[in-house]
Formats: sequence, structure tokens, C-alpha cells
Amino acid sequence: MRLRLPIQRRPYLLAVVVFLALCAINVALQPTFLRFGVAVSNLASFLPIALVAVGQTYVVLASDIDLSAGAIVSLVNVAVVSIIEGMGGTGASIAIGLAAGLALGVACGVFNGLCVAVLRFQPIVTTFATGIVFSGFALWVLPQAGKQVPASVYTAYAGSLLGVPTVIWILAAAAAFAAVIGRSRFYQALRATGGNIQAAYQTGLAVAGVRIGAYAISGLFASLAGLALVGETASGDPLIGGALTLSSVTAVVLGGTALSGCVGGVAGSILGAFILGLISNVIFFAQLPFEWQGLVQGVIILLALAGGVVMARGRTD
Amino acid sequence: MNKLIALVKRPLSIAVIAIFMLLMGGELLSPGFASPRQIVTLLSIAALLGVVAAGQNMVILGGREGIDLSVGGIISFAAFLAGNLMRQSDANILHALALVLGGTFMIGLVSGLGVVILRIPPLVMTLGMLGVVQGGLVLLTRGVPSGRAAPLLGRIVSDPVLFGLPGIVFIWIAVGVVLTLILRRTKFGFNVYAIGANEVAAAMAGVPVRRTRALVFALSGFLSGLTGILLLGYTEYVFVGAGDQYMLPSIIAVVIGGTSLAGGSGGYVGTMAGAVVLILLQSILTTLNIPPFGRQIIFGLTLLGLMLLYGRQRRLRG
Repeated sequence: MRLRLPIQRRPYLLAVVVFLALCAINVALQPTFLRFGVAVSNLASFLPIALVAVGQTYVVLASDIDLSAGAIVSLVNVAVVSIIEGMGGTGASIAIGLAAGLALGVACGVFNGLCVAVLRFQPIVTTFATGIVFSGFALWVLPQAGKQVPASVYTAYAGSLLGVPTVIWILAAAAAFAAVIGRSRFYQALRATGGNIQAAYQTGLAVAGVRIGAYAISGLFASLAGLALVGETASGDPLIGGALTLSSVTAVVLGGTALSGCVGGVAGSILGAFILGLISNVIFFAQLPFEWQGLVQGVIILLALAGGVVMARGRTD
Repeated sequence: MNKLIALVKRPLSIAVIAIFMLLMGGELLSPGFASPRQIVTLLSIAALLGVVAAGQNMVILGGREGIDLSVGGIISFAAFLAGNLMRQSDANILHALALVLGGTFMIGLVSGLGVVILRIPPLVMTLGMLGVVQGGLVLLTRGVPSGRAAPLLGRIVSDPVLFGLPGIVFIWIAVGVVLTLILRRTKFGFNVYAIGANEVAAAMAGVPVRRTRALVFALSGFLSGLTGILLLGYTEYVFVGAGDQYMLPSIIAVVIGGTSLAGGSGGYVGTMAGAVVLILLQSILTTLNIPPFGRQIIFGLTLLGLMLLYGRQRRLRG
């Protein structure tokens, strides 16, 4: 029997260590880093990718992948901005816009799930194709970046509720959602499906429903990210989510979730998203020459990915 | 009759039928679409996609969730490097080719070593490598594209050689013949199918699993490098992110060509047909007088439709 380090039992521990190390480096380079205002503004800029990564985690736990998540972010972003502007920017229009955005994200996710679980299409190619369709619709709704939401939307997003900044409320809500889901039978079925889909099916689990559910959650969180970006940028952009797809996969893997399914969790993915953001922060404040930044960032991420995978291995072997 | 149905259901047959239907449809919608001159252009563009897809095909055939997301970055990198090494001079072509192809082979090999030694999933490893290559490209270009093809490279790629077909099409055919021979007639080729079908069985049968898998990724890097050079010859100039558009289409060309993403079954001839199908589809949508978003939606839906024909996974029941 092989000795196992504590880190191998908890794949996200490496993410915790890397996260703390990056925080320390960040404090050394940017002394204001720990100030509440700076921390909140960092959090606000990391929030969209963290949300997409949370949704992506559920799909990956079922051993699938969602390459359309970024396109859903864009589609929801432009749809919400257009609905709010089209209805005159009143309070009611904002509420309807936000609700419609969430519903749209879930609908996109369910569509992905139906293609993958019921029609039995291969997940990578399918979600790539549906991503093309979703971004096509995003361009239809709003061909160029623009339009404005009423000031109340972005002041509410940048402001506080009961003394706590809105972005922290959103993150806390996401964490609470994940905690509730994590205790549900759905989550167990999800991990069973990711571990061995054939066995899960033969045990009588509703495998197709579970996979559709995972894609629906991914769509829900992608739409939350789209809403967060409405609050952050105060306008719509049909291409805004493009880079989020692969970043979300990176964050999920950094957080110790195995792409082969079953192993991992949401907490690691949130940390993974923060790690990605902190790496850019550190590189920015280290005052590296501009042309070196991309390469250094790429190498650090590759090393962190490799480290995460190697450390997480103890769980599945 | 059953044999006929089986033949028609083969992915390659479907791809060939799709090619004819797309050509006829294109001709109906905009006369001149299937003219010889137009077909030559389409084949040149398909050749670029086809050569990247060749590497992607090897990686996917090798199984264990094989996939190469770094191909687009490597193409941009190769095009930039080749353009700057050639600097419009024919005398520099050979050493530019050697450096670029050697370099891209090494990039692929590093991915392959990460996959076999550290056992990092290919999707993760090549995604990380994509970031490194893109970062390296920014360092070299300093954000400004530069470099031009040697005139001879442009002529080799674009000038008609035989039957009015340009050199790039023959280079593609040569890649196809060599790759098919490698896959069907050499030990390495059999090994690729063996590790793709069942890695454990292959290892027990004495197949050098790790060496074969590492080499497959190295070859994908090499073929992406070749695509970058051909792209440079085709466009003459270097532009930023030139290769990005090839990443996911190269995977789709392989899948609609009948190679299973699970590995171990398929071949390159189908992928060549798949590349032609994709390019035809894109160009029909371009000739149709519809706005870009409509083209994109139809393209995505057609891909889903193609998945319906084949590329479905097996039932859980039975």
C-alpha cells in the first residue's frame, strides 16, 4: 500500500497552497492588496470566470464538458441589456431582464444536455457546435458592443447590501447553492455517472436526467456570469464571453477536479478562478516588460495545471 | 441491399455524398459556385485545414482522450517564425523550413512527454501549451505582426502545377498518401491504432505505448508547423492569430470524417473528406446573402445535424 500525502486525499489542497502563495506574493508587490476596497474590486473582476467555472465543474464531474459556456455568457449578456433597454429601463424591466437572462441560460444548458444525453452526441464537438449557434444568436441580438443599462443596475452591482458588497453576496449565494447541491442525491448520482456511466445506468440512476441537470446548472452559472458582466461593464458585448470557456476549464482543473469525472468539487474551481486572476495581478504588479507577460503567465498556468493533475492523482489510482 | 445500406452508412460515404450535395446546392443557390476555378480555391483552403487535421487525427486515433488544442497557436507561431526567417528571400527557405518544422516538432513532443510521463490529460496539457505558445508569440512579435513569405514559397503553394491545381493541393495529397501509408503499412501506424483501441492490451503485446503516444503529439506539432508555413505561402503576409480559426474545426473535420474521438478507429481519408465538407459548408454560407449571425447559426445547426448522422455514442442499454 502506498503512502498518501494529505494533499492527495484533497486535490484542492494544492490550489489552496498556490492561492495563499500568490496572495503573499501579491501583498509583497502591491501593498494595498489586503485593503477591503481593493480586495472587493479584485473579487468583482474574478467573479465572472469563477461563476462559469462553478457551472463547468458540475458538467466535468459527470465526465462531460461544456465548451459553449462562454457563448452562453455572451448571449445572456446582450439579451439582458437589450431587454432592459427595449422595455425602457424601468425597475420592472430590470427584473424581467434579469429573470429572462437566467431562464435563457438554463434553456441553453438544457439544450446542450438533450443533445449530449438523449441524442448521444459527443460532448466536446456538440457543445462547440451549440456554442457557435449561441454566439450567432448573440450577434443577432446585438451585432456590436454597445447599449446602456440604467445607472441603478451598475451602482447596485458595485454597491453594497446591508453593508456587504453585492459581489460578495453573489459569491455567497453561489457557495450556498453549491453546498445545497453537494448534499443532494442529484450530486451523488452526478459523481456516480462521472465515475462509471455504465454502472450508474445499471444501478438504475437516471443518467440522462443527471447529465441534463449538470448542463442546466452550467447554463445557469454562465448566465449569472453574463449578468455580472452587465453590472461590471454597464453595457452589452456579443463577444464578451469568448475567452471564458477555456479559462473556466483551466480553473476547474487547477482546482483539482479531474476531467475524467467523479473527483473534485466546486470549492476548488472557485480557488482555481482566483488563482488565474491572481497570476495576472502578480504579473502586472511585478512590472514585467509587456512582451514577457503572456509567456510567463502561460508557463505558470501550465506548471500549475501539471502540478494539480499530478497531486490529484492519488485519489483515483 | 443490406450491404448497400452498410456502405452508405459509412462515414466516408456520407462525407462524399455531403460534398456532392453541397456542391449541387451551392451551384443552385449561386451559379458558378461549382465552377472549376471556385473548386480550386476551395481545395486550397481545405488543404490548410486538412494538414492540421492530419496531426489532430493521429492524436485522436491514439486514444486516451487524445486531443490537441494547441494546433492553432502552433500554426500562428510557425507562420510568424517562417516569415521572419525568410524575410522575402528564397535563399533562406531551407533553413527556415528546418528551424520551424524542428521547433514545432519539439513543441508537440513536450506536450506528448507531459501526457505520457506526468500523465496529464491531453486536453489539459495542450490547453496549457496553447497558453505558452501564444505567450511566446507575443514575446517574439512584441504585439506587432511582421515577416513575409519568400517569393518561391508563395509560388510553390499558389501556382498551378497540374490540371490547374496549385501546389498546396498536391502537398496535401502527398501528406494524405504518406500518412495513410504510415497508418496502414508501418509498425508505428499499427501501434497508434493498438494504443488507441486498448492501451493495456497494447502494452502487454509489447507495443512501446509511451514512445508511440509522445511521437503522435510531436507529429501533430510538426504538421501544425507545416500548416503555418503553407498558410504563410498562401497569404504571403503574417497576421496575428492567423491559426486560431483552425483549432476546433480541425477536430470537427476528424469527427465528421469518421474517426472516433474514443480513439483506435478511423483513418485519414475520411478526415480529408471531412475537411472539404467543412470548407464547402462555410463557403456556401458566405455566398448566401445572409448576415454573419445567420451564417453562424446555420453552420452550428448543420454541425449538429451531421452529428445526428454519425458521431453518436453507443447506447447504455445493451
